[in-house]
Amino acid sequence: MAIMIDNNTRLFTIGITGKQGTFHTKLSQEYGTKVVGGVTPGKGGTVHEGWPVFNTVKEAIKTTEANAAMVFVPPPFAADAILECIDAKMPIIICITEGIPILDMVKVKGALARSPEVRLVGPNCPGVITPGQCKIGIMPGQIHLPGRIGIISRSGTLTYEAVGQLTARGIGQSTCVGIGGDPVNGTNFIDVLEMFNNDPDTDGVIMIGEIGGTAETDAARWIKKNMKKPVVGFIAGAAAPKGKRMGHAGALISGEDDTAEAKFKVLEECGITVARSPADLGLKLEEAMKAKNITLRNK
Amino acid sequence: MNVHEYQAKDLMRKFGIKVLKGEVAKTVDEAVKGAEKLGGKIWVVKAQIHAGGRGKAGGVKLAKSLEEVKKYASEILHSTLVTHQTGPEGKKVNTLLIEEGCNIAKEFYLGIVLDRNNSKVTFMASKEGGVEIEEVVHKNPEAIVKVSVDPSTGYQPYIGRELSNALGLDAAQAKEADAFYRGLYKLYTESDCSIAEINPLVLTADNQMIALDAKLNFDENALFRHPDIAAYRDLTEESAKEVEASKYGLSYIELDGNIGCLVNGAGLAMATLDIVKLNGGNAANFLDVGGGATKEAVEQAFRIILSDLNVKAILVNIFGGIMKCDIIAEGVVAAARAVSLSVPLVVRLEGTNVELGKKILKESGLAITSATDLGDAAVKVVAAAKGAK
Repeated sequence: MAIMIDNNTRLFTIGITGKQGTFHTKLSQEYGTKVVGGVTPGKGGTVHEGWPVFNTVKEAIKTTEANAAMVFVPPPFAADAILECIDAKMPIIICITEGIPILDMVKVKGALARSPEVRLVGPNCPGVITPGQCKIGIMPGQIHLPGRIGIISRSGTLTYEAVGQLTARGIGQSTCVGIGGDPVNGTNFIDVLEMFNNDPDTDGVIMIGEIGGTAETDAARWIKKNMKKPVVGFIAGAAAPKGKRMGHAGALISGEDDTAEAKFKVLEECGITVARSPADLGLKLEEAMKAKNITLRNK
Repeated sequence: MNVHEYQAKDLMRKFGIKVLKGEVAKTVDEAVKGAEKLGGKIWVVKAQIHAGGRGKAGGVKLAKSLEEVKKYASEILHSTLVTHQTGPEGKKVNTLLIEEGCNIAKEFYLGIVLDRNNSKVTFMASKEGGVEIEEVVHKNPEAIVKVSVDPSTGYQPYIGRELSNALGLDAAQAKEADAFYRGLYKLYTESDCSIAEINPLVLTADNQMIALDAKLNFDENALFRHPDIAAYRDLTEESAKEVEASKYGLSYIELDGNIGCLVNGAGLAMATLDIVKLNGGNAANFLDVGGGATKEAVEQAFRIILSDLNVKAILVNIFGGIMKCDIIAEGVVAAARAVSLSVPLVVRLEGTNVELGKKILKESGLAITSATDLGDAAVKVVAAAKGAK
């Protein structure tokens, strides 16, 4: 079953005729994702790499019955593309684009609040993958193994790191969700934790956060109250200086509460198994499962 | 992107926000002429640097005669100011702002930021103006009132009433303040600010609301639609290496350790600094080569890392997704040859085309230490840096 995307997902790409859009849509298709077409304004009616191209999202949904969109539109136009998807009631929108103006995302967030049937993941994220079923995004498919551990992360390559450590130990993943490194994003830790909590095919979760903001500590408090499954947490940026933006727009220490140390402390207080070292994600997950007497299995 | 106070005030004038008259000076002579032009009997000589806390550091002086303007201008211009925001090395003053004086009745704090908790543009106001707002947040958080703006309605009069009520303004003052808040909101949203901070916002004896100081910060991702604001960029205020790195799409931040790090992805780059530290080492930099770095960008990354003379060892940590390990390996080999690498190099490759990448490194004949995983890489590079001392 997994969460968000699976065998029944019908993907189309916004910005499908661009270089990145073409490349990653192809890789997603090769992984096994059902790609039904794409949108590039002005190129409607043409066929690109075998996929039908449409001018508008509404037209694409009507013809292809697409139920998930991957957005590969350049930053100046990306928010507009997301708003078009929201207006067309696209259930899952995954935006890979990095560098969208933050006030554009404030408008998108307002539109999302009025459209509870729509879920946006990202922007500035690697995407979502349900190993063995469906890949929407830029992550390397071959490092994944189908299984029962969920991963949520603000960082792309650090998600791969977690996946790599699990797969090396023979531990498979149910779904891996990159929520993105921007300060305003569509889906937060709690949204995904709730889905994993309710997913009968997920037994445990790895949560990877960063310095900046309160998303991780909010999630930790939610976990303490609601989570029925073991969670392993890591926060990147313990060695980061204050006041410097560490690559991600949202990774900025602005006070005493959003340092890695402060977040680790709250995670520990909330009963989360903390990995202080990013090399221990797989090991800590094994320990956390053992502590709760949950047998690790991939089926 | 940060701008200077005088630039922020130029922009504020365009949005109808009240600021004092001022003249920009690059020399002492210009400072005196500026003061003459402004007229009046008192002037304020203000250092223009990209950092707060200038007053305490001696960068803001009240002059009661043209002689005093000259005296303070000569003292401040080309001096180095050290404030709580500059770091111990301080910032050199290249520009002055000479402003007319004003008769202050009350001082407030007014700011607009993006509240990450609700994803809304949010006003912050406090009666405790003119002091460091971080201190107020820490000691007396109730003294700050926050009002968020719904993006679909924008600024509304009730927002102003809530702010003015919190500041204790009377009806006439509140009316004046409403225009100020509205103008600042318009500036913030139409110019893609990330921070707009007026500290202090002053109420004058004749009931005018004036921005005595102004700090504006802009969203770099939105500068493409504001060429006028992009032109405010002052490269002398930024780290030369960070500017150079950004030309190649590299995200680089200089740190004070001795282990150079070259990583793909911001999260993994941060985690690399963390694990180096956990193993008793200290990173010399944060460097994210990004998802689509070319061979040239990798070579440039090496040059930037090695231009830091503190670097005693380098760790390359790549988890290839889009970025293929063989491309990185080729870049590393080319760079190591081109710069005739003189410090130990530890490389950890994982992901797409990893076997091919490892083969390229091995066959290069270069003295490269291979690491099997993240933990192994950290242990090896910390040992290498210690051995090199």
